[in-house]
Amino acid sequence: MVLAYAEATNGEFKKVAHEIINYAKKTADVLGTECHALVLGDTPGAEDLGKYGAGTVHRVTSPHLEGFDAAVYTVAIADAAKQLGATVIILPHNSTGKNITGRLAARLEAGSVAGANAVPMMKDGYFTVTKPVFSGKAFADVQLLTDVKVISLAGNSIRIEELGGDATVEDLTLELPAPKTKVVKHQVATGRVPLPEAELVVSGGRGVKGPEHWDVITDLADALGATTACSRPVADSDWRPHHEHVGQTGVAIRPNLYIAAGISGAIQHLAGVNNSKTIVVINKDPEAPFFKAADYGVVGDLFEVLPRLTEAVKKFKG
Amino acid sequence: MKLLVCVSKTPETTTKIQLTADGKDIDTSGVQYIMNPYDEWYALVRALELKEAAGGTVTVLNVGPADNDSIIRKGLAIGADDAVRIDVTEEKDSLFTARQIAEFARGKDFDVIFFGKETISYNASEVGAMVAEFLDLPYVGDAIKLEMEGSQATVTRDIEGGEEVIEVTAPIALSAAKGMAEQRIPNMRGIMMAKRKPLEVVTPVDYPDTTRIASYSKPEEKGSVKLIDPENMDELVRLLHEEAKVI
Repeated sequence: MVLAYAEATNGEFKKVAHEIINYAKKTADVLGTECHALVLGDTPGAEDLGKYGAGTVHRVTSPHLEGFDAAVYTVAIADAAKQLGATVIILPHNSTGKNITGRLAARLEAGSVAGANAVPMMKDGYFTVTKPVFSGKAFADVQLLTDVKVISLAGNSIRIEELGGDATVEDLTLELPAPKTKVVKHQVATGRVPLPEAELVVSGGRGVKGPEHWDVITDLADALGATTACSRPVADSDWRPHHEHVGQTGVAIRPNLYIAAGISGAIQHLAGVNNSKTIVVINKDPEAPFFKAADYGVVGDLFEVLPRLTEAVKKFKG
Repeated sequence: MKLLVCVSKTPETTTKIQLTADGKDIDTSGVQYIMNPYDEWYALVRALELKEAAGGTVTVLNVGPADNDSIIRKGLAIGADDAVRIDVTEEKDSLFTARQIAEFARGKDFDVIFFGKETISYNASEVGAMVAEFLDLPYVGDAIKLEMEGSQATVTRDIEGGEEVIEVTAPIALSAAKGMAEQRIPNMRGIMMAKRKPLEVVTPVDYPDTTRIASYSKPEEKGSVKLIDPENMDELVRLLHEEAKVI
């Protein structure tokens, strides 16, 4: 059985959970087995997870799961997997997953792939998972050699489909240790979709010439419903917050659309964004290296082009 | 305070990754290697700052072949007190590497074991969490701030669209991300002193492979860019909708 860890986002099951279950279902189909989901806590809507491919949803509730503690969550997922006889466990490769995946693999002494971007396949007789390596400059086909396997899936890697109906929800009782960490503050900005999950991203570089000019970026992002990002020099100059920095030493993203304005396209920047499905580059220098990695290019002054594009998007959206 | 900083070797950030003719491996000819930036800029520097403020020692650790000594010496030049290399000559997976680090650190009473957020080579963010599990330590990934008051640690970590502040008692393990510290450039005195600092070579423990990289591939090359008239953004919107189907 393939077990999907369905994570709730701010008290709801959203894209992250749907994507993981979808991926787990497709993995189960490859192996000819069932897909179940595991939820930790009593988030409403667990029965609706069937729609994304979970036949059964197992729910664990405990006061020890209230603040996020990776060690406790690891015990919960590991023990659930053992009790239920799961052979493959799927998690998201996000801030939660990055705290759990390694722990879980160590606890179960399981082969693991962190940050997979494609559905596993049987190849040359081995269970094989593809993941980007060298910050997206290449892909590796990784064979998992153990009976129990752990995979974390990079955000926005698969298209979400409806693959089933209602699921039955079953409560699972586990003995969980008390957390050794205490969450004293949990602060999430509402509004924009976080970068690693974003489908649409508008990004600015040094060409925007300073934080006081950032409206040209945010106006377009607002019109599209996109998330804003920036290049490393922009974050290093504190024009924008560090968490907006995309690239090899920042966030790696894979949106459907990446619009880069005033970014020349150094190899370190390309490494973090070249898994984007469509790239639009706006730059006044026709020799900017980024044009070589772009699907669409606009050679022009971003202070003229971006407001024009924003108006065109607004007109398109009516 | 007794601090351990685990560092990896990665290709330099401007490296163009090329594959061997059979696609089974990375062509390493001509590749320049550096200390993984997250390990160097954030994990190591924050450990040094804590030592400078409260006293103690900083040990850098690498799992790898003798070629890696130059990277380890850089860690010593930046200010670490001593170094350990677990002598592994082949490329191994995360779980193997984590097992080596855990077996070395077990019983040595490190207050904080630092890792970088991820390597820029395999981008997995796994080894730190694995070591924490093997040693039954609390672990905080993607930490952007760490304050220590005796054994009380306050750690801020990046989460999607925000941050979380966590209180925990050492010993702990964590991975350091941007914001934790500022890069330090080693000076001539540091480089000279590094040559005399101890670098212990440790024999690895046996551990089976749990994964194997069968082959590599490269992303598909983009076709040539389609240039759009800067006066005609309606055309770009039309193409994004009808051709690329992304809006």
